[in-house]
Amino acid sequence: MIWNKEIECSSRQAMRDLQSERLKLLVDRVYANVPFYKKRMDEIGVKPSDILSIDDIVKLPFTYKSDLRDNYPFNLFAVPMKEIVRVHASSGTTGKPTTVGYTKNDIENWREVVARCLTQCGVSADDIMQVSYGYGLFTGGLGVHYGAETIGCSVIPISGGNTRRQLQLMSDFGSTVLACTPSYALHLADALSESGYSLEDMKLKVGVFGAEPWTENMRLELEKKWGIKAFDIYGLSEIMGPGVANDCSAHTGLHIHEDHFFPEIVDPNTKEALEDGNEGELVFTTLTKEGIPLLRYNTRDLSTLNRDTCACGRTLVRMKKITGRSDDMLIIRGVNLFPSQIEHVLLEMGETSAHYMLYVDKVNNLDTLELKVELDESQMTDTIRDLQNLSRKIEHALNSAVGLHVKVSLVEPKTIARSEGKAVRVIDMRKK
Amino acid sequence: MTIPQLSVFIENKTGYLNEVLAVLAKHNINIIALTVADTSDYGILRTIVSDPYKALEVLREEHFSVRMHDILSLEMDAAPGTMSHILDLFTAADICIEYVYAFSFGSKSILMLRTNNAEKAVDVIHQNNLKTISEADLK
Repeated sequence: MIWNKEIECSSRQAMRDLQSERLKLLVDRVYANVPFYKKRMDEIGVKPSDILSIDDIVKLPFTYKSDLRDNYPFNLFAVPMKEIVRVHASSGTTGKPTTVGYTKNDIENWREVVARCLTQCGVSADDIMQVSYGYGLFTGGLGVHYGAETIGCSVIPISGGNTRRQLQLMSDFGSTVLACTPSYALHLADALSESGYSLEDMKLKVGVFGAEPWTENMRLELEKKWGIKAFDIYGLSEIMGPGVANDCSAHTGLHIHEDHFFPEIVDPNTKEALEDGNEGELVFTTLTKEGIPLLRYNTRDLSTLNRDTCACGRTLVRMKKITGRSDDMLIIRGVNLFPSQIEHVLLEMGETSAHYMLYVDKVNNLDTLELKVELDESQMTDTIRDLQNLSRKIEHALNSAVGLHVKVSLVEPKTIARSEGKAVRVIDMRKK
Repeated sequence: MTIPQLSVFIENKTGYLNEVLAVLAKHNINIIALTVADTSDYGILRTIVSDPYKALEVLREEHFSVRMHDILSLEMDAAPGTMSHILDLFTAADICIEYVYAFSFGSKSILMLRTNNAEKAVDVIHQNNLKTISEADLK
């Protein structure tokens, strides 16, 4: 099944015409309504009238995550708040979140692209869909939820966590589709037997997994463990949330909904646009976005593009499954984390040294974080309780700043390796 | 009434306790009492030594996290029920003991303790004429 055949199987020329048309309107809109973009474009001497077709996109300035941070909370919005019907946010690098806003049309477009993604996964109105992505400021839960309702699924908005309850409802309600992060899907699979269930109790047939990078091997493992078909749904809150791209039954790349999100691949160093097939940083321009339209947003995800027609019949450009990034951002249980956020919290508290090492690991298929930080002598005491209070205080501060539980371990001074060049702050043991 | 005690942060690593002790040995510092409070990840070594100021200096030089605190020190009769009697007095004054350890030095039995209210503890010691001991008595 194809949700929107006209778009998803459109000819290359028709798609380019649509993209050109939308890009011109977009540039007019941001130039007139977003002072940040007017300034950026004026600085490099580009006027909206210079943009005649989608090929002219390379004349436009890039946008980075830091630009969203610098314009916190609403300065990049292109419409008055009256027209914003929803705000989502993700944790930022200096304690300030990255904020995005949606108009009614944005929400409609979001529903549409997620509906296309789910249809690609073989999901239909006959399905019962358990949405185990977090609901709230994170885009995962609500994003998938609206798309699933659009195609007429029976949606179970259970949100993340509480493994036992997830399995109980999956069995009692007969969920046929599970949407969550791949690592949580693995965790649920491993928890089956210890919770007293077996695969026979479940009716699951499709998994819609995303919000973190995962390998093709993990996809195959999930298919085997659950006896399902597993698909990769890609997205990021800055661009929309889940639904920017999704893989189909051919599993030869993720189809990008390029009528809404125009992709480019650029060289990580020179930022020059690269030909299809070359790996580089994935960049998106939000062709239809009204709330917070972005020009050439650099995701820092590494991928390649392929414009050949897919075995599934879709002509939408495909991006290679994301497995790496060009910066040091970590994705922990679907949450974005920069090591600098940890550093910021430690420096702000000023109760430990700033020498730390972050250990990322997987325990029972769930990401874990441990922070080893050197005890500052001024905080040394003669009671264990004071030290435990200190680690708990750091854990609380980190939890409220980054939204993740971090186990804090105090270590002796001068025991964390000092490096002469770029400091190594993270040891990621998840990578096999 | 008080004796300087050193507290040293020690990670749970094989041989680590001895790294601290080796520094003391190297500088000819004698250990009079020693106790370790431990958690699964780390511990605090509390010790009373022959030259606490020198010990503090040399341990700092070797990059240990070390602090010195004065803690209450009482001399006890070497007779059954003495320590129990002392603790009764603190309990009656509603003072909590945070940690305590006892040892013998020569013919003396010594009780070291830290309470949640040092001032009130000193009052109890005075009011009940409890026998105290000072650093000089340990030379």
